[in-house]
Amino acid sequence: MIDFDKVLGFHAQALKMRGERSEVLANNLANVDTPGFKARDLDFKEAMQRFNGELTAMSGDKPNHISSQNDPFGMMSIKFRPTLESSLDGNNVDKDIETVAFSKNTFDYQTSLTYLNGTISGLRKAIKGE
Amino acid sequence: MSIYNVFDIAASGMKAQSVRLTTTASNMSNANVISGSQEAAYKPKYPVFSSVLAELNDTEFGKQPGVKVDGIYQSNLPAIKRYQPSHPLANKEGYVFTPNVNMVEEMTNMMSASKAYRMNVEILSTTKELMAQTLQLGKS
Repeated sequence: MIDFDKVLGFHAQALKMRGERSEVLANNLANVDTPGFKARDLDFKEAMQRFNGELTAMSGDKPNHISSQNDPFGMMSIKFRPTLESSLDGNNVDKDIETVAFSKNTFDYQTSLTYLNGTISGLRKAIKGE
Repeated sequence: MSIYNVFDIAASGMKAQSVRLTTTASNMSNANVISGSQEAAYKPKYPVFSSVLAELNDTEFGKQPGVKVDGIYQSNLPAIKRYQPSHPLANKEGYVFTPNVNMVEEMTNMMSASKAYRMNVEILSTTKELMAQTLQLGKS
């Protein structure tokens, strides 16, 4: 029996996380002129560590245990982005940093999508016996 | 919290920036409106933005993030007084009043607003692209 969670594993979670990160970054860019707004970001490294930690913690459990790893980012901590300067009104959103982060995040999202597509087509081949 | 919310966030950004563009347009088009008294003179208007997020506590983060227009304030700078006794609107002393609109300020505001608006449109179209690709997941 194929365990789809294990096959898709990391990239399925990464896709979800990238989607959520795009929301945080879009929020930064929407608030580019809001007085006192501080830019935020998701900590990908921390999220992955949490994800891996949960994976090892779950491995010894009963097979019918309902997995909590479906939502490892629900409690993701959102951190303030440290920036060197802020404008007079206390806003510290740097348009360039945020735009680059958003493009990079989009690219990473597409990377995960491509990987998942490859995995799924591989599975399909295996099922059809081609 | 999901990538769908990006549409709402970008839309709120576009809405806020278009309010800013509107006030700028209003300020610039009224820059040469002459009036007969200090009170009747047009006062430049500016919007104030606030983050929707600021009203939520941390556990509620991500419910409906975005930006909103808090209100529009009027500049309290006095109108410019000019001596022009021949003008039909001139007061008893022969003065007319023109709005205290700083064209440089308005132009930079306009550029900043249109740039921010464009950025939000960019985000919207990128996200649309991503969603279309995600919907095609596993079809190839």
